[in-house]
Amino acid sequence: MYTVLTKIETHPTLMRDAFGQALTAAAERDDRVVALDADLASAFGLSDFFRRFPGRAIQCGIAEANMVGVAAGLSSVGKIPFAHSFGCFTSRRACDQIMISGAYAKLNLRLIGSDPGITAAHNGGTHMPFEDIGVLRSIPRITILDLTDPVLLGDIVDQLAGDKYYGVYYMRFPRKNAKGIYAPGSTFEIGKGNLLRGGADVTIIAAGIMVAPALSAADALAADGISARVIDLFTIKPVDADIIARAAAETGAIVTAENHNVYGGLGSAVAECVVRTQPVPIEMVGVDDRFGQVGSENFLLKEYDLTPEHIVRAAKLAVQRKNG
Amino acid sequence: MNTTELRQFAAEIRTAALECLESFGSGHIGGSMSIVEALAVLYGGALRHDPQNPNWQERDRLVLSKGHAGPALYAALALRGFFPREMLLTLNQGGTHLPSHVDRTKTPGVDMTCGSLGQGISAAIGMALGSRLNGWNNKTYLILGDGECDEGQVWEGAMFAAHYKLSSLICFVDYNKQQLGGFLENVLDLGDIAAKFRSFSWNVIEAPGHDVAAIAGAVAAAGAQTRRPTAIILDTIKGYGVDFAQGVEFNHSMSFTKEQIGAAIAAIRSGI
Repeated sequence: MYTVLTKIETHPTLMRDAFGQALTAAAERDDRVVALDADLASAFGLSDFFRRFPGRAIQCGIAEANMVGVAAGLSSVGKIPFAHSFGCFTSRRACDQIMISGAYAKLNLRLIGSDPGITAAHNGGTHMPFEDIGVLRSIPRITILDLTDPVLLGDIVDQLAGDKYYGVYYMRFPRKNAKGIYAPGSTFEIGKGNLLRGGADVTIIAAGIMVAPALSAADALAADGISARVIDLFTIKPVDADIIARAAAETGAIVTAENHNVYGGLGSAVAECVVRTQPVPIEMVGVDDRFGQVGSENFLLKEYDLTPEHIVRAAKLAVQRKNG
Repeated sequence: MNTTELRQFAAEIRTAALECLESFGSGHIGGSMSIVEALAVLYGGALRHDPQNPNWQERDRLVLSKGHAGPALYAALALRGFFPREMLLTLNQGGTHLPSHVDRTKTPGVDMTCGSLGQGISAAIGMALGSRLNGWNNKTYLILGDGECDEGQVWEGAMFAAHYKLSSLICFVDYNKQQLGGFLENVLDLGDIAAKFRSFSWNVIEAPGHDVAAIAGAVAAAGAQTRRPTAIILDTIKGYGVDFAQGVEFNHSMSFTKEQIGAAIAAIRSGI
């Protein structure tokens, strides 16, 4: 069960530290947990893990394809490997290895793509994955997670570090701070969307760094007399068809908000579900088929139309379309 | 097995692989035939395995990275009793347990899914590293194609295996000098493959690839390594032992008739 914080502000714990702490705790209790990194461990909060579990901290060098294959081999002898690179490299550079050595071979991988979308900021267009979800989403039975805050991230890492789940899991989240959405001690279920706020006129379905702007947008819409439901759909595959269909049926209009290309990401996943269950107007806030570029996160949020104001505008349009 | 028995086993694997291929009428005959002697040495004794318990945790493992040579591996596995020999005649049929490229989820005794070339080395490394972490005293064998060494991932893995001193990793390179599009030197010149592995700090042994005694000797020498992975460069002939395939430039995947296969099997039997 999760509790939504009443005041949304920047969480003091870096996402990478939340990851490193959760993985270290998991490794303490289960020696099957191993970590692999492609020369980014020191930039990714794994330094402590590497110090404490030297044999189980596997530095792969700048060779992501090999890293994912090694992780697959490790899982075939019973290990639970967590392999990290930046999201652009994990998804694009090692796509075939994820597909064949991982998913097709039915092995057990936890893959991390850090700094998704605009959170790559000053690393710029080469490092700014607006396509990682789209690249990976058509791989059969893969699970894709866009993780919102340190509480959700920590709980998911904890769950994935045991026997409860088997298969290929891809997690994307920024290395730095995120807005805190959930109260400490909250727990989550992979495959279930989180209802953050009730509403009757429109539903905003967001994930990752777009959850906080979605909540701000809902506040702004309320001031304009529009009651917006907000869902954190942190599991992008498989989507929670029930919560989406219910939102479509009960609010009649949907806005999706994602830090990703609108082609192939959250908006696409939601639309695929809506058209097959309860067709209603959908507006998509996301990156409109563009490449990344350097800039501060604030600059990039505006540049790619990812602000609360864009969500508000999209919500009003969706409501207008619903009302014909 | 002694050398005579290994030779006999190789002939049986070659015959069974041809029957497997013949059941479908076409397939990857060239690269299947070139690894038969290596498989005979492995399944004739070098590879610690238990056909009655194919998932025995501490077994040795084989990753057939050149996954298209499945028919040769299937023949060895069937002869060792992993599954009934009749199953060899189901190659590539819908719903089969024996797909053209090896699949760990479908075939008893197959340790890794391969077919997208270059990936097997990384999986084998993970197995060897994980086995070491588990405290197992086992070996991980790997068979790479020479054409496969075009793939950059092979060299990512080669660097990694040396860095982690994975002495339990024993890699055969099926150096048959041909790939799908013709001879290596024309498609993409591999250069000195032994020197390449040496330069990656591997223990390198060169062996005549159709000489079971030489291969067994190389495997024994590799097994004694304590600090370096071993590459055994097998000097092989693509399509070896099958007159209509051996020496043919485009023998990677071929169609053949029942009569051709029958004659090839008869020739192998007369040579035993």
